[in-house]
Amino acid sequence: MILTTIAERRALLARSHTVAMVGASNNPTRPSYFVFSYLRTKGRLDVAPINPMIAEIDGIKAYPSLAAYTAERGAPDIVDVFRRPADAPAVAREAIAVGAKAIWFQYGVINDEAIALADAAGLDVVVDRCIKVESARFDGGLAIGGLNSGLITAKRGVR
Amino acid sequence: MPEDRPFGLRTRALHAGTPPDPETGARAQPIYLSTSFVFDSTEHAAELFALRTYGNIYSRIGNPTVAAFEEKLASLEGGLGGLATASGLSAQLIAILSLAQAGDHLVASANLYGGTVTQFSVTLKRMGIDVTLVAGGEPAALAAAIRPTTKALFTETIGNPAGNIADIAAIAAVAHEHGVPLLVDNTFASPVLCRPLEWGADVVIHSATKFIGGHGTALGGIIVESGKFDWGAGKHPLLSSPSPGYHDMNFAETFGEFAFLMRARVEVLRDVGAALSPMNAFLLIQGVETLPLRMRAHVENARVIARFLDGRDEVAWVAYAGLPASPYHALAAKYLPDGAGSIFTFGLRGGRDAGRVFIESLQLWSHLANVGDAKSLVIHPATTTHQQLSDADMIAAGVTPDTIRLSVGLEDVDDLIWDLDRALLAAARVAGTTA
Repeated sequence: MILTTIAERRALLARSHTVAMVGASNNPTRPSYFVFSYLRTKGRLDVAPINPMIAEIDGIKAYPSLAAYTAERGAPDIVDVFRRPADAPAVAREAIAVGAKAIWFQYGVINDEAIALADAAGLDVVVDRCIKVESARFDGGLAIGGLNSGLITAKRGVR
Repeated sequence: MPEDRPFGLRTRALHAGTPPDPETGARAQPIYLSTSFVFDSTEHAAELFALRTYGNIYSRIGNPTVAAFEEKLASLEGGLGGLATASGLSAQLIAILSLAQAGDHLVASANLYGGTVTQFSVTLKRMGIDVTLVAGGEPAALAAAIRPTTKALFTETIGNPAGNIADIAAIAAVAHEHGVPLLVDNTFASPVLCRPLEWGADVVIHSATKFIGGHGTALGGIIVESGKFDWGAGKHPLLSSPSPGYHDMNFAETFGEFAFLMRARVEVLRDVGAALSPMNAFLLIQGVETLPLRMRAHVENARVIARFLDGRDEVAWVAYAGLPASPYHALAAKYLPDGAGSIFTFGLRGGRDAGRVFIESLQLWSHLANVGDAKSLVIHPATTTHQQLSDADMIAAGVTPDTIRLSVGLEDVDDLIWDLDRALLAAARVAGTTA
């Protein structure tokens, strides 16, 4: 199912525990490093890099493939994709093969074939969104930055 | 977890950005009057400074009370996020410096606040940013002024003080055809009467000092961005190439739809330093809570007073888009269906002398250089707000020597009319016109 609303993304993040980040970089100027570092330091989601070129990022072991990650850790709840759009179908096929529950395509990672593959296989699919931004929307991070969280509530401490 | 719902404007004016304080349960927005904020650890500090996590560092860049105001306005305008500043003019400057630099060019309607005309034609020009002011601000004329170096188009929703109404959707279409964003100063309409982002504008700017605050107590400005403009397309290298101002970061690549707001905050607000005080943010939040109710009352009074003036022999002309005879009536009906605001101009027979006696004879209307206050205000733009302009620029901005600008407040309208009537009679005696 393709998740398009704030509520659907919030529910996905709330029920997920593990994130396998395909294309995570250990270069501190790369966007994927920003997102990885945010998820790692926040600590709510258990994030690991999937990148055959590196051994680890900031002490977190990197896996060469989603299959290698799954063999050791079990299928990830979310496969987060930082790859060129043309590479997305191959990542989607691998995510489906290992039994991932959801696939999250980051900003600009838009590929209709990959979206259709994952959707048809029953994965939850998020497209052209940032998992860091959406996490921050619900933990108050966006509000600190003056960004519109979209949350309206008179209850204390729910965001 | 809270449920999603397309909450109404009045609900959002009260609740957006200001949930109960998670630490104390305080229902009113607390004033975090602190310049700086402690870090959890050295790693936390490093992550914050590298922009890899969200948090408070120093109130020149961000502050929890200011952020509450920013989110509230972003919600009301239907934007991605907001950036508050010390004043409306600094909001404008920061918005422009976030997307343009020396050698670049902007195209703006010439019907603008005098302070904006001066900022564009003198200060920005000195900084190497050239602004073409287009008389009338028609979409086709704006399009004709676009150059390869143009980085944005700029207009006011309701021109100050001429009261012309921008054809926002048509101007946005022109901007987007040329790969540039449309910036709209929405001060005179407020998000209650018009939301330019819904018509295709990309960035909205306000002097929050006006209707948003409403009480004439606090200066402030706000920038709201839609998040829909593609800053990474290559037209805006400040946002889409490595920035020496922030670790060679490529904002468009790193922050996607948040690129403009992030660069505006962490580079431009940081370096310009025109931060909004948390105290002022608190005062402005109090104003926003009643903004939808106040705007309705402002518009009701303005309609009555425009019709009253239009029917008086001492009055040569009334420029209010809410009047059926206005050349902007159709645009006002489209973009401002609930009313064309409460700031408009008129001219007295007898010109400048009659205008002087008129203003000095008023008892209830405050003679001062502001608009959008709860109290009714009056001014003579040619000798005040637009004094710095050349005669040609003044005429292009819609100011003539006889122009008097009203900002209709929330008093009993009968009292306002009583006062106007007295002053019109006094002015007519001086001018020798019939009363």
